[in-house]
Amino acid sequence: MRVIKAGKVVVDSWHRIAEPDPKRPLPEGDLILPLDYWRANGKPLARHNGRIAVCLNGDDNLDEFAGSLDQFELIALEFPKFTDGRSYSHARLLRDRYNYCGEIRAVGEVLRDQLYFMQRCGIDSFQVRDDKDPEDALKGLSDFSVTYQTSADGAPPVYRLRHRQQD
Amino acid sequence: MYRYDQYDQQIVNERVAQFRDQTRRYLAGELSEDEYRPLRLMNGLYIQRHAPMLRVSIPYGLLSSTQLRMLAHIADHYDKGYGHFSTRQNIQFNWPKLETVPDILAHLASVEMHAIQTSGNCIRNITSDHFAGIAEDELEDPRPYCEIIRQWSTFHPEFSFLPRKFKIAVSGSETDRAAVQIHDIGVYLVRNDAGEVGCKILVGGGLGRTPYLGICIREYLQKQHLLSYLEAILRVYNQLGRRDNMHKARIKILVNAIGPDKFADMVEAEWRRIKDSALLLDQAEIDRVKGFFVAPAFDTTAAEDATFAKRLVLQKDFNRWVQRNVKAHKTPGYRAVYLSLKYPGVAPGDASAAQMRFIADVADKFSHSEIRVTHDQNLVLPHVRQGDLYPLWNALKKERLATPNIGLLTDMICCPGLDFCNLANAGSIDVAGQINDRFAELDYLHDIGDFQIKMSGCMNACGHHHVGHIGILGVDKKGKEFYQLTLGGSAGNNARLGDRLGPAVAKADVAETIDRILQVYLEQREGEEQFLDTYLRVGMEPFKNRVYAAEAENAQRLKAVAGY
Repeated sequence: MRVIKAGKVVVDSWHRIAEPDPKRPLPEGDLILPLDYWRANGKPLARHNGRIAVCLNGDDNLDEFAGSLDQFELIALEFPKFTDGRSYSHARLLRDRYNYCGEIRAVGEVLRDQLYFMQRCGIDSFQVRDDKDPEDALKGLSDFSVTYQTSADGAPPVYRLRHRQQD
Repeated sequence: MYRYDQYDQQIVNERVAQFRDQTRRYLAGELSEDEYRPLRLMNGLYIQRHAPMLRVSIPYGLLSSTQLRMLAHIADHYDKGYGHFSTRQNIQFNWPKLETVPDILAHLASVEMHAIQTSGNCIRNITSDHFAGIAEDELEDPRPYCEIIRQWSTFHPEFSFLPRKFKIAVSGSETDRAAVQIHDIGVYLVRNDAGEVGCKILVGGGLGRTPYLGICIREYLQKQHLLSYLEAILRVYNQLGRRDNMHKARIKILVNAIGPDKFADMVEAEWRRIKDSALLLDQAEIDRVKGFFVAPAFDTTAAEDATFAKRLVLQKDFNRWVQRNVKAHKTPGYRAVYLSLKYPGVAPGDASAAQMRFIADVADKFSHSEIRVTHDQNLVLPHVRQGDLYPLWNALKKERLATPNIGLLTDMICCPGLDFCNLANAGSIDVAGQINDRFAELDYLHDIGDFQIKMSGCMNACGHHHVGHIGILGVDKKGKEFYQLTLGGSAGNNARLGDRLGPAVAKADVAETIDRILQVYLEQREGEEQFLDTYLRVGMEPFKNRVYAAEAENAQRLKAVAGY
């Protein structure tokens, strides 16, 4: 999968299957599967030849899933359309409430102008929509150099900078 | 007033660069119409009936003369020489060219202004009391908290793609002049039993097609927890607010669907987890922001002026203007002055570039260079010495800014309506004109006294019709413009949604209908009773009977003719 990670475009071994076909066997290798599919196929997946990650969308209840987080080194969050902002809250809760330290990947309708917000919510890899150039999207990460609020990315909010200056 | 430091300035400068590049990519075909739409909306840029409309943020309605001059410059160079002040204390330009908007934003940034989050499904301009800092009944100035909320909400990474738009208002006075109860979140500064000032939090107010008043979910919150509490509310809403139907996506629908108590429990549970995080406001930052809102150096001899009292006796017109348009100020010898933007024949809330420059000049001369925008679409010079009122009045008259109608029937709230807005079903500006023509007699208006007409061209309710003493809603009936009237609404402390009068009336009959309602009021009123009180006492029936009397008669006559 070609993704933005740590400030550059890289190709990694993950492969996302958005809608697994129950009649066909899964391909080998590292797979990102829908949360529902993982729930329904836990046992056979344990024998899978490769790593497994799950993809959550805005309808999924994070609290119910939280107990299983430590099984995954990557969680994907789906952005079904630009304006559906639920996965931003998912990302923050994963980082701030559940202290999830693995990789959080944005998938779906992921475009340059959301990347700054996503990064601030704790998302650290981005699968940009197929028809867009990830090198161009990369620029979206650096639209702003200061931020007003605290968030999951650990960037110091302006009010901390102000008082540091005065001290 | 608040002044940007290097960080604030950097953020708006970077925003200008970002939006310039987004617009370039759109014009170059790199961004589709659908991809550009949410980006331009988050910057207050609509594509409207005639041209794009750009909404510029005026945080809590506070403007300096320098900023107002820049708005005049923009109106002259990028628009048709005027701007429209909105019910959310913002200003709208109706005719800018899309490709010039980045340049407009650069001009705005040069005077510490922006158009960030003036539209889109995000946290909008934080609104407040236009008498903040000068009202006698104020517990504490709400503006520092507005500014703190403004900063927190600007480019909030988690809450920039909410189910729907989100409006927050803060009031620090006993009298609610900010229509707090019709906001998604309303904050009242209140005193607890220990005498400390904190926040009372309301959620779920809003007009539109399903109007609700806000419901209190917390009677008292310490100020240091304000941001964590807001964050908890927004997080619950962002996760659970409906996204399948935009008409059911506002927080009011969520609060009422799951019940205010349950909603409050969810907020409290989330808040307990985050209240001691970095969201905890430290006193140093509160004090820093408060430092920007200290009163200017007032003239301590202002109250010694004797000319004002004399003029009041000698000049009837001046006296009448003072009665209606001049309000108390907590500093002896000072007054707050309304500049009415409701001159007959002019769309409510419109100001020309020449008027804006003139107002900036009189603000420099008479009001410590400060101007306020009110949610009922007028302007205020907040700090005027009583001895300056007479020369100010004389100056204002020449610019048609001294119409003595503040709070009167012709001080209407009105959205841009069918003339400018894509959403509107019916015109509102021409109906405002009709009402102005019909009720031009000032003595009559003064006799009626405080009276609010609020008018919206569609059920999105930008003109707040639900909370007008008389509300007027434009509807489309088979391609014709009709108007649905409501009676008894109110936006203040005792906020109330108006009741439907009956079938919608034709455009030509709106003023006549209002006239009949006023006749009933004047017949029924006891002493100096205000319309709202009369209405609540006598109920809808007498108004309904009078308004629809002719129709009832006609129906009877038709029956008789038909031989029934």
